[in-house]
Amino acid sequence: MGRKLLLDKAHIEGIRYYDTYRANGGYAAAEKALKSMGPEAVVEEVKKSGLRGRGGAGFPTGLKWSFIAKPEGVPRYLVCNADESEPGTFKDRYLMEFIPHLLVEGLLISSFALGANSAYIYIRGEYAWIPDILEQAIAEAKNKGWLGKNILGTGYDLEIFVQRGAGAYICGEETALLESLEGKRGNPRIKPPFPAVKGLWGCPTVVNNVETIAAVVPIVNIGGDEYIKFGIGKSTGTKLISACGNINKPGVYEIEMNISVEEFIYSDEYCGGIKGGKRLKACIPGGSSVPVLPANLLLKTAKGETRMMTYESLNDGGFATGSMLGSGGFIVMDEDQCIVRNTLTFARFYHHESCGQCSPCREGTGWMKKVLHNIEYGKGKMSDIDLLWDIQRKIEGNTICPLGDAAAWPVAAAIRHFRDEFEWHVKHPDEALTRNFGLAHYADPLPAPAAAAV
Amino acid sequence: MAEEKKLFKVKIDNISVEVEPGTTILNAARSIGGDVVPPAMCYYSKLQGSGGKCRTCLVKVTKGSEADPRPMPKLVASCRTTVMDGMEVANITSPEVQEARKGVVEFLLLNHPLDCPVCDQAGECDLQNLSYEHGAEATRYEFKRRTFDKIDIGDKIQLHMTRCILCYRCVFTADQLTEKREHGILGRGDASEISTYIHQSLDNNFIGNVIDVCPVGALTDKTFRFKNRVWFLKPVDAHRHCDDPKCCGKTVLWMRGDEVFRVTARKDKYGEVEDFICDTCRFDKKEKSDWIIEGPRKIDRHSVISQGHYVNTVKPKDPLVEVLDGRQPKLLFDIHSTSEVNRPEIDLSKIEGPAHSDDFNK
Repeated sequence: MGRKLLLDKAHIEGIRYYDTYRANGGYAAAEKALKSMGPEAVVEEVKKSGLRGRGGAGFPTGLKWSFIAKPEGVPRYLVCNADESEPGTFKDRYLMEFIPHLLVEGLLISSFALGANSAYIYIRGEYAWIPDILEQAIAEAKNKGWLGKNILGTGYDLEIFVQRGAGAYICGEETALLESLEGKRGNPRIKPPFPAVKGLWGCPTVVNNVETIAAVVPIVNIGGDEYIKFGIGKSTGTKLISACGNINKPGVYEIEMNISVEEFIYSDEYCGGIKGGKRLKACIPGGSSVPVLPANLLLKTAKGETRMMTYESLNDGGFATGSMLGSGGFIVMDEDQCIVRNTLTFARFYHHESCGQCSPCREGTGWMKKVLHNIEYGKGKMSDIDLLWDIQRKIEGNTICPLGDAAAWPVAAAIRHFRDEFEWHVKHPDEALTRNFGLAHYADPLPAPAAAAV
Repeated sequence: MAEEKKLFKVKIDNISVEVEPGTTILNAARSIGGDVVPPAMCYYSKLQGSGGKCRTCLVKVTKGSEADPRPMPKLVASCRTTVMDGMEVANITSPEVQEARKGVVEFLLLNHPLDCPVCDQAGECDLQNLSYEHGAEATRYEFKRRTFDKIDIGDKIQLHMTRCILCYRCVFTADQLTEKREHGILGRGDASEISTYIHQSLDNNFIGNVIDVCPVGALTDKTFRFKNRVWFLKPVDAHRHCDDPKCCGKTVLWMRGDEVFRVTARKDKYGEVEDFICDTCRFDKKEKSDWIIEGPRKIDRHSVISQGHYVNTVKPKDPLVEVLDGRQPKLLFDIHSTSEVNRPEIDLSKIEGPAHSDDFNK
């Protein structure tokens, strides 16, 4: 059994409520941080722990916290990004639903470290029942003196507010989230200035993912030096992975970042293998926007090493032969899945969710969707594949926010690794409507490493 | 003695310029002028917060600054990126920028109806100029373009969303020039549209400026619609004493003979107005007698407006006069009587097989 830090007590009945949570060691970290550590020591501990942002980008959290501007007389804010909308990602939902006090405690410690007296949880509108759970937890905590004025007699004040979004993927982008939180249209801001300098209402703001904030609790509890012993290298600690797709046991798993991808898919502790005894064709390891990998590149890197469930190993080979850990939305596809159809589904999603502010994303996402639709429904041309490649290349990097990149990467990776399948769709339009391309050579062992380089 | 302000040295396409700290790359390039100025479709220097959206002004920062010489990893929007001391920027010297810009123009034109022949903006349209200079000759888009119904916002302005490129300039204008915000964006993605909420009319003395700031023909002057082509009209600088304290009263009259077809604000060479004008001046003063005329307006953009006015034209020299040294050219002569080659007495029908040159030499 892998060691757990976040979900170790998730199975205890009633952990959702304050009394059970407190009885099982809850709020010990908050007590330790507020009474004996002080803000600088907490930031130092988080820096030492090597905790990386769990929302997708993997930016070191301690570093992000140290960037926050501290002008006199200006309030600072902590915003918790609970707008978890990436297709395939549902880890934060689990955390908030089952152990909301872990998030409240994490927010208390993080706000204390940053010197923020207000913290906001911006939660995705579709999670309609979770704000009630969070608000109940906040009320309980406030009742017991963990929130409000003069917490634990330290003179530190904190209020936590829950704000529901209206169901837009773009509001998961931190500056769009801040705009939405201010009551405006959720359009991403043009950076710089970054939120650490000018964020919510023009004040210094840190935006962190739910899991990142929750991970601060065990870090304070066990200390950064102990935390670093989990995982490998710069991928420290544990990560929540929401596994879905054609596997026997879909769900949220907490993994220590030292297991291989193969173990994660096939061991009974986690996904339990491919459903129906089928063969693995492809996998999107970090939520819909990261590049899809064929089975052979997923289990072994282009260099022939075993691919691990870490930030570095999944990114090995860059985008040519690697992918990203992203937000941990692990989507597994078996031999009967169609990559073209899957890419079309994603392209449709990004087209629907583009905010329409900047032209490459607004126009390009719709175009890619239409071209992919033609290929999938037997109306494609060979030139369409090159056209798709060109469109994604002209979107990537030229937009205001990362949504453009997120829309371009899945298309790029699908064409890069599964071009045969696209060509088959074009050459056999009638057959493509009745059956799928199948596994083909996508699970074959790769040739010598030198030849695999693109 | 006033303290001398420190200026930042910036190099754009290998041309050095010194600008004040806080200047954007685009404005630094404009201070150089000429070809190095990136095109801008959404940035408007008079409107706060504009820019960054259309992505036509993307440039490559090859050197961040003197202190941190690393290049920036992505192309940046020059209208919203401020210069640093020692920064080096590549615009027309970077193939990557040219390629990206071509892509952006293609995206902007993707859903644009290209109905220039019936569009009032034709001739003074920023998108027309942009696609002429940076676009491809044909589109690769094979799908139906999106369309919207035309909306009248107020009795003087018509909104034709189909042509809109969502630059947000009119939204900023309505926000910053008029008291009540009644004009914004509805929907998202490629279905988003500029609109007044539930077709409210815009009733405000400065709202007419949205026509001037619109880079395309999405917002047009209903008092001028289909009246004339801009290149058939003569732009004339004029002014009047306007009672509105916010209005400068300095305008351009677009005339034909003594008839005033429309009134606009004065635009500089980047298509930006010099000063905003009120709706009374714009829509209600259409008599020549309302105005004090200053003189013809020089349109120094490379638009068709100036092309129709024969500014700085040179009459081509006739080379024959010099070559013939005063002789009269003899251009027409009877080829049969002069030529020895063609001999009419030879009857081609009597030759066996195809005719050969030998047949004429007999």
